[in-house]
Amino acid sequence: MWDYTDKVKELYMHPKNVGKIDDANAVAEVGSIVCGDALKLYLKIDEKGVIRDAKFETFGCGSAIASSSALTEMIIGTTVEEAGKITNKDIARYLGGLPEEKMHCSVMGNEALEKAIAMWRGETTGDHVDIEGEIICHCFGVTENLIRKAIRDNNLKTVEDVTNYTKAGGACGSCIPKIEDILHEMAGLVREAEAGRSGEKQLTNIKRMKLVQETIGNVIKPMLQNDGGDIELVDIDGKNVFVALRGSCVSCLAAGVTLKNLVEAKLREFVEEDIVVYEAK
Amino acid sequence: MKRNNKQSVYLDNNATTMAAPEVFDAMAPFLRGRYGNPSSMHGFGGSVAKDVAGARMSVAELVGAVNDFEIVFTGTGTESDNLAILGTLEYYKDRRHIITSRVEHPAVLSLCKKLEKDGYRVTYVPVDGAGSLDLEFLKGSIDDNTAIVSIMYANNETGVIFPVEEIGALVKQRGITFHVDAVQAAGKIPIDVNKIRCDLLTVSGHKFHAPKGIGALYVRRGTRIRPILIGGHQEKGRRPGTENVPGIIGIGKAAELALEHLGEYAARVKRLRDRLEQGILGKFSNARLNGDKEKRVPNTSNIGFEFIEGEAILLYLDEQGIAASSGSACSSGSLEPSHVLRAMGVPFTSAHGSTRFSLSRYTTEEEIDYVLSVIPGVVGRLLEISPYWDNAKKEPVPINL
Repeated sequence: MWDYTDKVKELYMHPKNVGKIDDANAVAEVGSIVCGDALKLYLKIDEKGVIRDAKFETFGCGSAIASSSALTEMIIGTTVEEAGKITNKDIARYLGGLPEEKMHCSVMGNEALEKAIAMWRGETTGDHVDIEGEIICHCFGVTENLIRKAIRDNNLKTVEDVTNYTKAGGACGSCIPKIEDILHEMAGLVREAEAGRSGEKQLTNIKRMKLVQETIGNVIKPMLQNDGGDIELVDIDGKNVFVALRGSCVSCLAAGVTLKNLVEAKLREFVEEDIVVYEAK
Repeated sequence: MKRNNKQSVYLDNNATTMAAPEVFDAMAPFLRGRYGNPSSMHGFGGSVAKDVAGARMSVAELVGAVNDFEIVFTGTGTESDNLAILGTLEYYKDRRHIITSRVEHPAVLSLCKKLEKDGYRVTYVPVDGAGSLDLEFLKGSIDDNTAIVSIMYANNETGVIFPVEEIGALVKQRGITFHVDAVQAAGKIPIDVNKIRCDLLTVSGHKFHAPKGIGALYVRRGTRIRPILIGGHQEKGRRPGTENVPGIIGIGKAAELALEHLGEYAARVKRLRDRLEQGILGKFSNARLNGDKEKRVPNTSNIGFEFIEGEAILLYLDEQGIAASSGSACSSGSLEPSHVLRAMGVPFTSAHGSTRFSLSRYTTEEEIDYVLSVIPGVVGRLLEISPYWDNAKKEPVPINL
């Protein structure tokens, strides 16, 4: 069982400010029922930029409900400027702390607040994908900006940290290499591999085939099987690799993404930069 | 925060059960005066060996085994599963293929994933929406390289029973070792290893009112298996290490009691389970049953509540003194919803809100009444908080994905 603080328990059992505001002038929705948590935040902001009222609706676990309640309690009566400075850490602090695995609940609150304020300022057209940049984790709809912000605000060092705080990488895992890249980049690390790779010699066909087989068998297959899927190497023609996705991948809407972001990315990482992956139907 | 009342209703018996008072009493002498080692060449230890033999026979009877020596005591269900699979692979070194299902307990599933990394080929047989196994798929997966088929008797999350007798017939036709993980079946439904025709069968004491820390593996006479622990002669070398005598006495007594109460499971426990289930399904338009309604152990009900989340349900129930379990991502700590519900293709709208109620023979009518009186408040409150439920219209809000 989670080690929730008394404050968290109090707020999930008796959350404050539950519901809608009919004449809200800022509304934001983050998360989704697919990921297992979602938050809809309603704000009533007056002409002086003071948040007069805040209400929420949450689909999620105890800490998600508590984080939502905490957020509304923290921002009612503050100006938009003040509210804008609130980070997920402040929400967690207000709750007396959250288990590491539950930090993403506070991030969700913070994200909803930023989005609502952006909407009030007219900075958004309402399409939640656009204002938040490229989606890195497609399973949970987590954007690059959110990941960068979570890393910056919480001084995250590992992919596990990022997953705990944002959920990114927590399902199919195909975005883990991208998260690693962001972590490396933000840590100011220069990846030696990239510097060295441009000078590499061309692989022989035999060597390339062997590497492709090994990478699919040892790296890609286990990742897909973790998620109930599977992969089969059908053919290799020069730098064109033909694979068939099996198991749950067959019916997965994100299969195309998996092909590019996981299979091709891994083959490019471990075999050659210019490998192209095709799905053999 | 204080509980609103003193009531405590335990409906998480698939996770673990209370040790029966008779079990406790049977064990007590072996934790006090009768501490002798059953292997010793003196009467003080030797008399303990006789009680251990009696307990072995009781466990044999629980699973329908003819010979007491076909029972090997282990530490846990997980250990029994590991011994069955690893022990078989260790014998058939040239066979590199394993067949199991996608909904096994981690004791089997995680082991198979590990074995895949070690170079074994593993076939994971899928299930349908009701959680029933695809037998044709299983049949088609068997080949000359298959070392073992390991299938659970009943699923821990949904309670769905697999047709192990049919599987046994298929597998034994090909002369392949057949292991059944019967941890969730033992004590709930009759088990007969000779009808199943399995070579190996796992049970775990604490799931049927023995204490934690004692499991058993049925090993059919003549089954080719090698030990995974190396040491002394105990359990005929199949599981060396000084016997957990109090645990063995406990599982023996628990097995006796379980056999006595099987009829009660089929009748009274099932009736209570059904009453709880119908009380919930009949009341909430957002509730649906996960798993086949008929082919189930009599104590388990897994209900998916749409638009609300499982961990929140558990926390609210806990506040009212009710213990249940959930397959939701948040309650598992892994951020992923249950592999069982995912394999069944349970819609995401209810997978996250799945709640498992598992009864025991100690569950009472009053407890079920109490749970039925509490649930509307819990579900109603969480629906009120949920963005996917229109409180005015009492209907779901259309979801745009």
